Amino acid sequence: MFNDMPLVIAGKTFNSRFLLGTGKFKNKSDLAESIVASGAEIVTVALRRVDLDRHEDNILKHIPKNITLLTNTSGARNAQEAVRIARLAKASGCGPWVKIEVINDSKYLLPDNQETVKATQILAAEGFVVLPYISPDLYTARALVKAGAATVMPLGSLIGSNQGLKTKELIQILINEIDLPIVVDAGIGAPSQAAEAMEMGAAAVLANTAIATAEQPAVLARAFALAVEAGRMAYLSGLPRQTSVANASSPLTGFLYDNAQ
Amino acid sequence: MITLNKIQQVLNDTRRESVEEMAQEAARVTRQNFGRTISLYAPLYLSNYCSSHCTYCGFHALNKIKRIKLTPDEMRREMVPIHAQGIRNILMLTGESYKHTPIEYLKDAVRTAGDFFQGIALEVHPMQAQEYKELFAAGVDGITVYQETYDRRRYADVHLSGYKKDYDFRYGTPQRAAEGGMRQIVLGILLGLSETAPDLLALYEHLRSMERSYPGVEYAVSFPRLRTIKEKEFVRCDVDDTTFIKIICLTRILFGRVGINLSTREAPQLRNNLLELGITRMSAGSNTSVGGYSLLDKDEQDPQFDIKDDRSVADVVALLKKRNFDPIFTDWRRIENCS
Repeated sequence: MFNDMPLVIAGKTFNSRFLLGTGKFKNKSDLAESIVASGAEIVTVALRRVDLDRHEDNILKHIPKNITLLTNTSGARNAQEAVRIARLAKASGCGPWVKIEVINDSKYLLPDNQETVKATQILAAEGFVVLPYISPDLYTARALVKAGAATVMPLGSLIGSNQGLKTKELIQILINEIDLPIVVDAGIGAPSQAAEAMEMGAAAVLANTAIATAEQPAVLARAFALAVEAGRMAYLSGLPRQTSVANASSPLTGFLYDNAQ
Repeated sequence: MITLNKIQQVLNDTRRESVEEMAQEAARVTRQNFGRTISLYAPLYLSNYCSSHCTYCGFHALNKIKRIKLTPDEMRREMVPIHAQGIRNILMLTGESYKHTPIEYLKDAVRTAGDFFQGIALEVHPMQAQEYKELFAAGVDGITVYQETYDRRRYADVHLSGYKKDYDFRYGTPQRAAEGGMRQIVLGILLGLSETAPDLLALYEHLRSMERSYPGVEYAVSFPRLRTIKEKEFVRCDVDDTTFIKIICLTRILFGRVGINLSTREAPQLRNNLLELGITRMSAGSNTSVGGYSLLDKDEQDPQFDIKDDRSVADVVALLKKRNFDPIFTDWRRIENCS
């Protein structure tokens, strides 16, 4: 009854369309349980939080082996720094999948789109699988396609704000116009918001703060997974558009058929 | 907009329910921005040579203490036990002496620290932007510089001689550090040195202006409370625990994303309770004497200030976990810095 194509990023297929971030969890077991409950097959980790020689608290130890590790460049303030962090991640054994996060504003944490494009160009040319995080903007997204990005990840609202899809109309334009998977990232604070992004036709959703700071993170992680699936099904069903007024069947053109009777 | 009246109102309102209400809001904002995580760091005192005379400080130029400056080899011996405790963020401190701890000395220290630590910050004498640029390129990511007090008259009263006497040069230090490329800048006032409300307002204004001019920097603040140093008393305006908590909460509510540091000047029980309210970084297993980690016996040490919380890093980590916090040892991976 429900036939979906798997999500394909850089030639790799994923059955889950939910990506989980690993920051802000109160302990590693909550994190591990949330990964399992969410069914996520791609998990982001900030390289700045990876300490390879502390075994007990090394975050990588709590991520199952079958998960695709997406290292993010948190802390990078420009393209050069993002490139260095990505290279260091790869050299540290974190693999070639990288979420480019270039942020030069510590108050709003809004990404710098121009620097993100530059970093994407360099890293994609070096063979990285690049998932750039941006403020939703059509020109930036087009430049990212040219630069060799594997997805485009527009923000729904400010990181950690739980405000949902404040940038909805701009994201919709990216979904309509860009031939890469659009992964909605940041600001998604409730399963209903994740479902809404999927109903719009987003390829996937990434969440972190809402789950990490919930009283029962694993329970909310599961709720997100279900919402993403529900939203995806609704999108594929050809969900009827919302209207603001009641819709009679054919009030404007009914006269055409009156004469025929 | 925060005003002096508003701050005074907050500090004067001692009703139990309003303190609790602020605490609830501060806790909520902190959890949303930082989750239940606390970053850990340790201070390492490199030198206690000082050419300034700050009446409240244990290291001041006229104080007859044993002056020590660590050699790179001694630094290494101090760093080994700190690293072994799990600490990866180091704050290296000196007294204020261009002569004894010039930039080349600091660069040596940074290179040495690079073998052990991921996050390297300095709390040393104020410098020029070009010097910060050089230190950034050498691997320093953070600068801590407290104005101590923003009350010019009181500032002149307690800073009797030396470079630190120059209020404006000190005030411009965070700006020059940002020009030099620094990622983290920590500002602060020494609570108790002067009237609290005006100092707090001036600190907030300083922070706001830095945020606007240098938005890429991660800011943090610190509120060291003036303590007695080997029985000497310098406190003008006593900041009790309730006031201290209100200061932390107000700061958190006004600056959701700014880090708030807490040192071992504070007693264990207060430190434990402050975890919930807005603190994001703590020092742990600290020693505030030059050579205090491995080189000198306790009775040979002259601390800059007496610490009240002498729990080991392992004890602090155990406590954090018990209270449902994730201790963060690594919050940065060193990359080659260039501006």
